[in-house]
Amino acid sequence: MSQHLPALPVIVPLLSALLITMLGWFKPRLSFPIALAALTVALLSAVGLMGRVLSSGAAAYGMGGWNPPWGIAYHVDHLNALVLIAVLAAALVGLIATRKCVKEEFAERIVPFYTLFVLFVTGLAGILLTGDAFNLYVLLEVASLTGYALIGIGEKRAPLAGLNYILMGTIGASFYLLGIGYLYLMTGTLNMADLAQRLPAVYDSHVVALAFFICLTGLFVKMAFFPLHGWLPNAYSHAPSAASILIAPLTTKVMIYVMIRLTLTVFTPDYAFDILDIGNAIVWLAVIAIVMGSALALAQNRLKHILSYIVVAEVGYMVGGFWLGNRAGMTGSILHIVNDAAMTLCVFLAAGALLTRIREDRLAGLQGMFRKMPLSMAALAAGGLSIIGVPPTCGFFSKWYLISGGIEAGHYGFVAALLFSSLVNVVLFFRIFEIAYFEPLGQGHGHHRNDPSPMAEAPTSMLAPLVVVAVLLVVLGLYSGNLVSAIIQYAIPAQII
Amino acid sequence: MNEWIAFLAGKFNYWGFIVLMMIGIYAIIAKKNLIKKIIGMNIFQTAIILFYVSTAAKRDAGIPIITHGHGMSGHSARAVDYINPLPHVLMLTAIVVSVATLGVALTLAVKVYRQYGSLEEDEIADSIRARAGGDQ
Amino acid sequence: MDLIVSLKPLFAVLISILVVPMIIWSGNRPNLREAWTFAAAGIKFLIVASMVPAVLGGATLEWTMVQVLPGAAIAFRVDAFGLLFALVSSFLWIVTSAYSIGYMRGLDEHGQTRYYCFFALSLSATVGVAFSANLLTLYLFYEMLSFATYPLVTHHQDMESRSSGRKYILYIVGSSIGLALPAMVYVYGVSGTLDFATQGIMPSSVPPAVLMALVLMFLFGFAKAGVMPFHSWLPAAMVAPTPVSALLHAVAVVKVGAFCIFRVLTGVMGADLLTGIGLGTVVCYIAAFTIIVSSLIALSQDGLKRRLAFSTIGQLSYIVLGAALLTPQGLTGGMLHIAMHAFGKITLFFCAGAIFVATGVKNISDMTGIGKRMPITMTAFFIGSLSVIGLPPCGGFISKWFLALGTLEARQYVMLVVILTSSLLNAAYFLPIVYRAFFCTAEESKFDNRMGEAPIWCLIPLKLTAFISILLFLFPQPFLDLAKLAVVQILGSK
Repeated sequence: MSQHLPALPVIVPLLSALLITMLGWFKPRLSFPIALAALTVALLSAVGLMGRVLSSGAAAYGMGGWNPPWGIAYHVDHLNALVLIAVLAAALVGLIATRKCVKEEFAERIVPFYTLFVLFVTGLAGILLTGDAFNLYVLLEVASLTGYALIGIGEKRAPLAGLNYILMGTIGASFYLLGIGYLYLMTGTLNMADLAQRLPAVYDSHVVALAFFICLTGLFVKMAFFPLHGWLPNAYSHAPSAASILIAPLTTKVMIYVMIRLTLTVFTPDYAFDILDIGNAIVWLAVIAIVMGSALALAQNRLKHILSYIVVAEVGYMVGGFWLGNRAGMTGSILHIVNDAAMTLCVFLAAGALLTRIREDRLAGLQGMFRKMPLSMAALAAGGLSIIGVPPTCGFFSKWYLISGGIEAGHYGFVAALLFSSLVNVVLFFRIFEIAYFEPLGQGHGHHRNDPSPMAEAPTSMLAPLVVVAVLLVVLGLYSGNLVSAIIQYAIPAQII
Repeated sequence: MNEWIAFLAGKFNYWGFIVLMMIGIYAIIAKKNLIKKIIGMNIFQTAIILFYVSTAAKRDAGIPIITHGHGMSGHSARAVDYINPLPHVLMLTAIVVSVATLGVALTLAVKVYRQYGSLEEDEIADSIRARAGGDQ
Repeated sequence: MDLIVSLKPLFAVLISILVVPMIIWSGNRPNLREAWTFAAAGIKFLIVASMVPAVLGGATLEWTMVQVLPGAAIAFRVDAFGLLFALVSSFLWIVTSAYSIGYMRGLDEHGQTRYYCFFALSLSATVGVAFSANLLTLYLFYEMLSFATYPLVTHHQDMESRSSGRKYILYIVGSSIGLALPAMVYVYGVSGTLDFATQGIMPSSVPPAVLMALVLMFLFGFAKAGVMPFHSWLPAAMVAPTPVSALLHAVAVVKVGAFCIFRVLTGVMGADLLTGIGLGTVVCYIAAFTIIVSSLIALSQDGLKRRLAFSTIGQLSYIVLGAALLTPQGLTGGMLHIAMHAFGKITLFFCAGAIFVATGVKNISDMTGIGKRMPITMTAFFIGSLSVIGLPPCGGFISKWFLALGTLEARQYVMLVVILTSSLLNAAYFLPIVYRAFFCTAEESKFDNRMGEAPIWCLIPLKLTAFISILLFLFPQPFLDLAKLAVVQILGSK
């Protein structure tokens, strides 16, 4: 059984999707427990995988007993085991937290919602584990298609936002597919390990460079890297809050993982950083992404829009940090994948909690929320501080590595962009806090003692996970040293210093 | 001149799929009608499928089914006699994906149409603006 | 020097975080709630005080919490300088808590539970800064203090406090993220560590121009120290309730800023390094500029708290000046000034608050003749003024004495002139208040002769701090010994 551990995070959610559809026909109430059980098993096996990687190193697994080149190999190493745990944990917490939300928002459509969601997780887990470039494309589309549907399932502007997401997302995925096609032409294989072995012989070919650029462009679309971010803000902010809570922390992070995997494992750092030497150019693109993402966030007046643009800026952090090409930058980038998943989950969950009590997420409607929903706002504040980068929350430490990577590489533009974005985040979040802290006019003014506090918190099923995530931000921060020394440093090739 | 013709003709399959791709992208970006955009998306995907399939082709090769059955082990199958089957297999998956994408896209288009009574982007934008104005 | 691994510093920091749930839980029973605050404040002070014998014996107490970056942990280390600061702030928390009761209940303020919660958090952060073993921990608590004080500054939740809150956050957080953070990362990059060490951690390979930039980034990045031009948040923060202004914006917050600069100059850069390239002098002149200009501005302020705020800005730069002199006497003076000025200035703020509670008056021009109405308060005000001006028989004299000696030692005669001029200016903006409070004709007086002091909870703390201000002149030993020991620890045994 234990040798099949790498398959479980993919197979279990996949089968559970089937189970939910079948049993849900008779008993829709069963869909949540099944999804919960599936994700729990998946998360536990991911933790088991991590344990195994830590004790005996990276390992390959032939899916269905077929070994490469005939079968599809799954690879588990420090990098993807870590991201897998982060993704599955975020999905699990999101699942628990959105239970009430889903019940209210999708009364009739619980079964399809949970089916789509477990399939979405299946896709993401598959992307993380697979060692085959084409299999990655298929799983990418599994995750994307379910993602489109989860977003489009909502009301109001959600379908339109979902449709735009499909158009952009399909272009992105197709570009990736095209790039893989070129690689196949040049090497005759799609297995990542084989590709890495055969590519050096043809490094000087323009086709390989073209394949690399096309793949990268496709991934940039998928991860919403400015200026290819157009689909993200509307998709995330018009999606039903359950969907945005579940999707926002995961998709972009997994895409960044794919970029890292492709660059480090398939093309190798030699090729990407030395032969092509495009690191500097991409970091400058990241600088633009960070600055523009932050600036656009400033222009928004709805909570979820602001959070969405912050996601765009954060993508710039991770892309830029990775392409600095030194150990500190990459450490920061990988650490930020984990941290940003937690942070994004926290703020979107908090926004979802607020939206259970207020109908609209216009900032002006948030007045007095610190008194009405103190815990949700406190969690939003924790998430905000982490995004700003205040110690000891986790956001500070990844930013620390990113900045020191920038200084080490002499890329002061990137350092400046990070600081600028931190400052903008201060403004953004304090604008929110200020509105929520001050009372609506006519109430609570003057000197009252013993305010009558009509507290109206979100349901406990949502609040408890939210508080857990908020606390986790600090715990992750405090243990980021261990995270880096035990896991992340092995995820980066030794040649990178 | 002849070199150019040879260059164009020698890689005609690539030119074909590049043209198709560009048509697809153009439709996605420039067309205002949502259905036309979706069609563009599909053309785009099909172009890539064609590209893959065309790479499998070999001159004077047949379909990849071993013609002599079991027991006739006198001569082994030679790869040059068969076109490469792998891209076809991969594209089967890609076709499924593109059909599914098309399905989801059309579903959402229907939803959009029910909501706004239109599939033209600018008309939808107008009615969104009108509703936002109505809210205030 | 002995190293003792001890949990005491951790407890001293945590105790006031742990009390927060208690305060919230008993939010509807004010007496119980304030009892929690007192309990935490008392325990905190006792823990801090219990470390004095060990530290005076030459030991340092250490506790490493968690290694967050290679070469930089979240760790506490209690040395003489940190202990001095923690001692001052944790003692004054007890006094201020008593004062808060009088002030907040006297004015029937809203949101008192929130107020006490964030006050406790602020104190945790302050002691955390004092006990930081490295720059990272220091920064952590520095930022924690910035955010914990925001709800206190904006306590009134009206338009004025909103705009002041904005200014507060923008200056303090903006400068720390924009300037101090990159400087810190740079230091980490070149030296591989952030631990404070005798004579600093900077490798000799760093060129002077970079050092210059780093020093300036830290100097302005820790904007809580109010070095001009990053000072204007402090007068704005005066919209806060007076106990907040008293403890946080005369002692805890602002001195955290000065403390940070002190630590950076001595523990990160190193005294010898800075003296070697004359960077101390640059900082001296920046501090001197702030001292003189802020005193001049203070002269023109009519709001009592605003005048006190500008006075604080000037006095903070004394501490920075003391650090920048980089001589034993100068450093001693700078450290002593943290304690001496704290007691003097908190007395003045307590008086301002007491006047406001008793009469509702905020402006100096309306205080003519108030001495007859509130003789105890105004006497305390007089003592506080003397201490801040630096006249015997008050503690402020001692710290200024050492600062003056320090200028001679460093041969910075200009600075001596600055200190003397500033003392004159201090006298010029404080003494008229006292004079007009007591000596005025019956027509000029804005108050009748009926005595009417503030509530007893306000009165006792201000009497106490005024008394201690005098006491510190007579018995400066505890702080003086700590400061002298700290100088040895900072400069190494020369």
